[in-house]
Amino acid sequence: MSAPGVFRVAAWVVQRDLRLATRRPSQVLQPLAFFAVVTLLFPLGYTPELAKLRAIAPGVLWVAALLASMLALESLFREDAEDGTLEQFVVSGQPLTLLLFAKTATHWLMTGLPLTLMAPLVGGALGVPFAALGGILSALVLGTISLSLIGAVGAGLTLASRRGGVLLSLLTLPLAVPVLIFGARATELAIAGDSLTGPLYLLGAVAVLGVTLAPLAAAAAVRIGLE
Amino acid sequence: MDWTWFHKFGSPPHVYRLAGLLTPWFAWPAALLILGALYGGLVLAPPDYQQGDGFRIIYVHAPSAWLAVMIYAVMATAAGVGLIWRMKVAHAVAASCAGVGAWFTVVSLLTGMLWGKPMWGTYWVWDPRLTAQLILFFLYLGYMGLRASIDDTSRADRASAVLALVGVVNLPIIRYSVEWWNSIHQAPSVMKMDRPSMPFDMLAPLLAMLLGFTLYFGAVLLIRLRAEILRRERNASWIREELT
Amino acid sequence: MSDFFSMGGYAMFLWPAYAVTLLAIVINVYTARRDLQQARAEARRRLVAGRPSTADASDSALRVQS
Repeated sequence: MSAPGVFRVAAWVVQRDLRLATRRPSQVLQPLAFFAVVTLLFPLGYTPELAKLRAIAPGVLWVAALLASMLALESLFREDAEDGTLEQFVVSGQPLTLLLFAKTATHWLMTGLPLTLMAPLVGGALGVPFAALGGILSALVLGTISLSLIGAVGAGLTLASRRGGVLLSLLTLPLAVPVLIFGARATELAIAGDSLTGPLYLLGAVAVLGVTLAPLAAAAAVRIGLE
Repeated sequence: MDWTWFHKFGSPPHVYRLAGLLTPWFAWPAALLILGALYGGLVLAPPDYQQGDGFRIIYVHAPSAWLAVMIYAVMATAAGVGLIWRMKVAHAVAASCAGVGAWFTVVSLLTGMLWGKPMWGTYWVWDPRLTAQLILFFLYLGYMGLRASIDDTSRADRASAVLALVGVVNLPIIRYSVEWWNSIHQAPSVMKMDRPSMPFDMLAPLLAMLLGFTLYFGAVLLIRLRAEILRRERNASWIREELT
Repeated sequence: MSDFFSMGGYAMFLWPAYAVTLLAIVINVYTARRDLQQARAEARRRLVAGRPSTADASDSALRVQS
């Protein structure tokens, strides 16, 4: 019997994680609900005036997206480490980097992508004009990819530690600063109706760097965490 | 090529002894340089034509900021060496760096704020250098937090090494992004380091301070490294010879 | 002399900056040396107690439990 190709295996990992997610939808829905609640707290805590909200909308959207994707990270590797799945990954002879990349991609499909798709609703509530949505969506797609990748490294590193939670945020939030800056700037430009190619390119560059390096770091971290 | 010198650095007793021998060679020049630079900076250097005597804060601010960044680089390099060559001593070096680095990051932030108050009129400005330094401080905190949260020394070493390397790849991007962000949102700041040229009697104390602080860090690192090695090797037989 | 301490009106900012730096310098040397002395004392205690091999065993037993 010939061994299945690595991409077949990666596809299986994606399928498996998606199936697991459909069995426990609350894990997927909670970060999304969190994203909505956090952003909607701002009109209540600040002002209902759309003009004023529009000015802080970029920051609000991106900080909320950052926190929501962080919230979903805890479950990224922890359960699979506890039930032995990750150990099977390591001994399977398949490249761990690729398997973890598949898991991270699935994580993005279940948090980053829905967060992005929710942005029009949430953005509308913050007074973001309809014309800006295209730009905001493309910035969020690129930005959330990077957030998931950075988060995967953090989640891998905290496997070895006794407590995840707060430590995970402390590790990953500083690393996410560039994504926050470029993303919020792109959103700001989109709302103002200007060209946002500059920050979009930068977001793209961060995402490409993340795709190349983060799975390697995550694999190293998971190996250490599983010992 | 003869690699024995390199392998010797993998041997804890050798490094322990070497660190003990080298410490005074770092400590005394550091003390002399810092004291000399203090005199040069506070007394000999003329007041700045714009900032008067306030500019003298540079003699403690710049070296602290330099140490904060340099120590992170040393830490990440040691972590990388430890990870690649599985060298326990290198991990001990990385572990000894973090605390000192965090301290000097705080000092550079505080002295920056104290400099900012008379120059900008407020203690905190979202100046790119201050902001990047603040993020660096959180990177140090994360590193120390991760290390402290893992009981097994070897795993703590390697996990925190991965984090240090991720951080060192990310630091230039963070610095760039913060500067980019600042150039959009803020008028250029009053405090500019890149002035035409500093007169020699202003510059010399600064250079002496930078060198003095670097040597000082070397001395502190050597002492901390010895403590770290003793703690890690507490059951090794060479300790008996060393201490009796 | 008082000219020197007033630092052209910047004394309020300059001296605290120097004090903070000095504090960091002193504290780091102090804690490093204290750590080394403590590590030495601990190692000596282990030597006097002897039989580091049993200490080893109990150590690893603890580790397995935790």
